[in-house]
Amino acid sequence: MGRGRIDPGWGFVAPALLAIGAFFFVPVVASLLLSFTDFDVYAVARPDRLRLVGLGNYARLVAEPRFRTALANTAYFVIVGGPLSVAASLGAALLLEAKVARWKGVFRTVFFLPVVTTLVAVAVVWRYLYHPRHGLLNLLLGVFGIGPIDWLGDPRWAMPAIILLAVWKNFGFNMVIFIAGLQSIPERLYEAARMDGASGWQQFRRVTLPMLAPTFLFVAVVTMIGYFQLFAEPYVMTQGGPANSTLSVVLLMYEEGFRWWNMGYGAAVAFVLFAIILLLTLVQLRLRAREAIP
Amino acid sequence: MTLLRRAVLAATLAPALLGCRARDADVVRLWALGREGEVVQQLVGEFERRHAGVHVRVQQIPWSAAHEKLLTAYVGGAMPDVFQAGNTWLPELVALGALEPLDERLARSASVARGDYFPGILDTNVIDGVTWGLPWYVDTRVLFYRIDLLAEAGYPEPPRTWTAWTDAMTRVKERGGAERYAILLPLREWQPPVILALQRGGSLLRDGDRYGNFESGPVRAAFDFYVDLFRRGLAPRAGDTAVTNVYQDFARGYFSLYVSGPWNIGEFVHRLPDLAGRWTTAPLPAPDDRYPGVSLAGGASLAIARGSGRKEAAWQLMEFLSEPAQQAAFYRLTGDLPARRTAWVDEGLASQPHARAFWIQLQSVQSTPKIPEWERIAGKISQYSEAAVRGDMTLDRALAGLDRDVDNVLEKRRWLMGAAGR
Repeated sequence: MGRGRIDPGWGFVAPALLAIGAFFFVPVVASLLLSFTDFDVYAVARPDRLRLVGLGNYARLVAEPRFRTALANTAYFVIVGGPLSVAASLGAALLLEAKVARWKGVFRTVFFLPVVTTLVAVAVVWRYLYHPRHGLLNLLLGVFGIGPIDWLGDPRWAMPAIILLAVWKNFGFNMVIFIAGLQSIPERLYEAARMDGASGWQQFRRVTLPMLAPTFLFVAVVTMIGYFQLFAEPYVMTQGGPANSTLSVVLLMYEEGFRWWNMGYGAAVAFVLFAIILLLTLVQLRLRAREAIP
Repeated sequence: MTLLRRAVLAATLAPALLGCRARDADVVRLWALGREGEVVQQLVGEFERRHAGVHVRVQQIPWSAAHEKLLTAYVGGAMPDVFQAGNTWLPELVALGALEPLDERLARSASVARGDYFPGILDTNVIDGVTWGLPWYVDTRVLFYRIDLLAEAGYPEPPRTWTAWTDAMTRVKERGGAERYAILLPLREWQPPVILALQRGGSLLRDGDRYGNFESGPVRAAFDFYVDLFRRGLAPRAGDTAVTNVYQDFARGYFSLYVSGPWNIGEFVHRLPDLAGRWTTAPLPAPDDRYPGVSLAGGASLAIARGSGRKEAAWQLMEFLSEPAQQAAFYRLTGDLPARRTAWVDEGLASQPHARAFWIQLQSVQSTPKIPEWERIAGKISQYSEAAVRGDMTLDRALAGLDRDVDNVLEKRRWLMGAAGR
């Protein structure tokens, strides 16, 4: 290939690059620019009513208590819901891959069902389950003498209720990935471990977990990213209430952008969330990389 | 978590899809919301018979998505010719320049007379002296109450003043005990405290709606009265989820009073047949002796999109739907209270037991501030009043926070008004 000639490879990737450029990079750059303006309902029809505010939206965000609340709620959801979800997925995967398990196909399908079920339909049913006086959950708790909990009406319980729903709804997806990871662990490793006299727990600690590390990393990163984008569950179940206890960052962004039409401010929320997710993902990858070196 | 992505996709695709349809020359597109969208289809047949060659295409839009959809449709150039809108949305649509002014057509009209509308309701459609919408049906809030429980508490007639009201509630609560309450005021609703503030003659905003005015005397007094109802245990600190059961709870006597709108007349009648005769409605009490106290001027209007190419046909459709006969038919189909007073008289509505209170109340209704930011401000009001009711902050701190937030919301408005004045 002579110097100055264009690599023909570019020809092959050009269509994909063009599509990504037009439908991904241009909107992203546009919304970044938008976040430096006060684009709102007044400015939609009259561009002369648009003001450049520089970092004003970001400054307002930092000062707004509602944003801090949303951030804290989202962090709560990620920190509690994320590990819970991963643990549930791993537990289900281990159970399904256990030698004594029967009806594996049936259970796999049943556990995966919530993932593919429409959230709105799920939400209707869960609203009944969570009903303070007639809900199944409180009925069960009542058997153990635990007083009724106003799951979706009490600011202290609304987020746990959302977490429970989200974990139940999403654990099937990671479960399938864990199953694939478990199946790729060679049986001979367990045989060798057993010959060395390893107990079931030791086999899990010393063989299963280390071999699952790459799967774990993938699941952890994807779950964290997904859970940071908490939106549909509170949108359908609580609308961010009661007393903002389930207001997530994405829900705040949606409200600002599409409900109040404060597109500039909404875009700023989006970029702050993006920065947070990017940072935490890098941290996670770095930690895992360091672990892998020794 | 794909809902957002889908919403964005729908928002971007909708204009393209609708755009193709718009080419039919003899089609008037009408967007109607929720139940009204289902029912209006039955009325337009008659319109099409009278106007040969004009076809009305009704699109039904759920209430929850309607506000966003109208804004998105405007941006995407896909507005319908005529549409239904909550009357509090009009200021926003006016700011966008999305609406056609109606004054000239109204003045020429043979069948629509301004004087036939409730003044307070019509006023919500008039912004800066221009009429942008025509009330389609009306809505306000009155007192729903248990006749029997109030009578037992010594109030055979509903209370007419705040003093009597408080006394009645205290007695109901005393008789009911710890498990029962006097009044249900759902925490997420901004309407109750706002109504009380309007009744006290307070103005929620000041200086030409440039700043919040929630710390001012009358407004503060109204909020204090409101929060006090919870503090004294007269109202339960009930969120949204408890309210799904409002009908059974009303029947059980969990609460005896409820501030609500006309849609609940039908619900109460159908869901609580056993309770017939033991509940009714009454206009709201007043803080002084000028009974009834004002309530909110609510309802939905019909409006014409400025970009419509079928404005004449659109106006004819609006005139048709505003005819007293159609208003009456609409009432029979939906239970929505007619906007035209002639329709009330023709239907004998003004003397019907449950509707009568609305007839009286509708004569004294007041609009919330007619600015595009109102819905946001309303959201802030419910946020801060909920915090005050739950005891998360003192009333003074809540109102100060509310004023600060509202001032921030109105910043752009102040800038625009300043720019216009220059």
